[in-house]
Amino acid sequence: MNARAAIEVENLVREFRKGPRAVDGIDLAVSPGEIYGFLGPNGAGKSTTVLMLTTLLPPTSGRATVGGYDIVRQGAQVRATIGAALQEAALDAILTGREHLILQATLQGLPGAERRRRAQELLERVGLTEAADRRVGGYSGGMKRRLDLALALVHSPRILFLDEPTTGLDVQSRTALWEEVARLAHDEGMTVFLTTQYLEEADILADRIGIIDHGSIVAEGTPAELKAEIGGPSVEVTPTDPDAGDRLGELLAGFGEMRRNGRGSVTVQLPGGEAELAEIVRILDRADLHVQTLQLHQPSLDDVFLAKTGRKLEGSGGGAVAETAEQPSGRGRRRRGR
Amino acid sequence: MAVETTGSALGAASSTRGASFAEQSIALGRRAVLRTVRQRGLVIFPMVFPLILFAINGSALSPATHIPGFPTDNYRDFLIAMPFIQGAMFVSITAGVDLARDIETGFLNRLAMTPLRGEALLVGQLGGALVIGVIQAIIYLLFGLATGVTLVSGVGGALVLLALSILISFAFASLGEFLALRFGTGEAVQAIFPLLFVTLFLSSSSLPRNLIKASWFREVATYNPVSYLLEGLRSLVITGWDAQALGLGFGFAIALLVVSLGLSRSAMRTRLARR
Repeated sequence: MNARAAIEVENLVREFRKGPRAVDGIDLAVSPGEIYGFLGPNGAGKSTTVLMLTTLLPPTSGRATVGGYDIVRQGAQVRATIGAALQEAALDAILTGREHLILQATLQGLPGAERRRRAQELLERVGLTEAADRRVGGYSGGMKRRLDLALALVHSPRILFLDEPTTGLDVQSRTALWEEVARLAHDEGMTVFLTTQYLEEADILADRIGIIDHGSIVAEGTPAELKAEIGGPSVEVTPTDPDAGDRLGELLAGFGEMRRNGRGSVTVQLPGGEAELAEIVRILDRADLHVQTLQLHQPSLDDVFLAKTGRKLEGSGGGAVAETAEQPSGRGRRRRGR
Repeated sequence: MAVETTGSALGAASSTRGASFAEQSIALGRRAVLRTVRQRGLVIFPMVFPLILFAINGSALSPATHIPGFPTDNYRDFLIAMPFIQGAMFVSITAGVDLARDIETGFLNRLAMTPLRGEALLVGQLGGALVIGVIQAIIYLLFGLATGVTLVSGVGGALVLLALSILISFAFASLGEFLALRFGTGEAVQAIFPLLFVTLFLSSSSLPRNLIKASWFREVATYNPVSYLLEGLRSLVITGWDAQALGLGFGFAIALLVVSLGLSRSAMRTRLARR
């Protein structure tokens, strides 16, 4: 094992009694300061992995270190090194946001004078200053998630685990959370292990992505690498006249592998890249074939997931969100593909 | 798998020092008290219910004082011990359901991610029980005095009665904590409550043990620790300073507390399951 990795996992397994292997021998390594996206559908083993890496669930076999500490033999040191916001924002509805933070600061061992200061600092950072003294029971889902994040940061951890942090959030709350996570990684050098079932979230935030399905990692790499693995873009052309499908097929046959979609629509791969689109338009124009729609598809993580597992990712309906959500600022996009 | 390294990112994070056991317990106790104070609706009815039973039974069962050998001619003097025990049993449910909610919502996992000692959580949670225990004991005592109960042991006896009552509340609260940690749901804790209440009615709650005619009932009441909790409290009202009754009352309350805390501690270790 590379003892200097922020997180390193070797052949980690978790079996539940009378159940399948929730995690089935995974290997991964996360560098310090990296955002690692752990992508997979519900039940793939993402949360079980996080529970093991945060020492809340013992592994059945295998080995993992977090911050250089063994998760089985050095649990206390692991917990001192990490912060975690688990799947459900586990908050006490009766307490206020500030009371949560002060309690957390006390239990984390911050000196008395520092607790209130740290609580205020984090409330400001996550934009909860005005709601700080209101009971959490009255918070929106986004506010609870932001408080959850603040609680995970109380003791300034080096490594942050976020288990589906934006599930159920509106676009604005998602975007705000993405920005904060990107800032933590890129400005403060925090290592982030992020599980998600949203393709766009992984695409936008993560430096590298591991795709997990049925407890096994089926693909790993930067988003650009993963997309490149499954080939170039494709174009989908739908003629105005559905009966013109055959003629359309003949015209496009020379470009690359072709698929008929029904109602005359044809999708053709463009091995030569999107530059071939102009030529396609010219050919259609010369043939006087009227087109209802012409869509260029860049390979997406959804395509990667489909190629690796043979099915679409459940919950990737976050697409509507991704289409409208802004990308977080910071160096996240620029660092991709290092 | 090769990864980049920067050594500075790997050390344990912070400038934090470990919180002491006392600090952890006080912080969690403060939370328990806040929860109790802010959920008045949840504690008022359980607090009032024993008083309603006391008022009804105190009137309806008062002819029992005519039974030869009955230790007092005011049935309320005899009955006043019962609300204290009933109230303590309700405290067990409140404490247990509170902890079970922490388990169900994942709040316990959040706490488990900190350097928290499990025992500090158990002790802290009892802070809420302490608040309810003190308030209800004072209310029951004042209500009893206002309705004609006479405390033959005087002011000192009242203080000892309050102390024993609070100790009993603690003991039942820790039993509630054990049930929460063992079963993990509020429903399971609440489902146990009727069984607790049965132990109250199978004790010397309504009649002194020596006056219970049915031999099986007398036998059960004799082996039932709740009888000795009741008799310890009752002795201060009716008899005065009865060392044996007080010794048994305090002894069984402490035993229940110690056993429940021990079971809770073990269940907490299993529940946290952290490494």
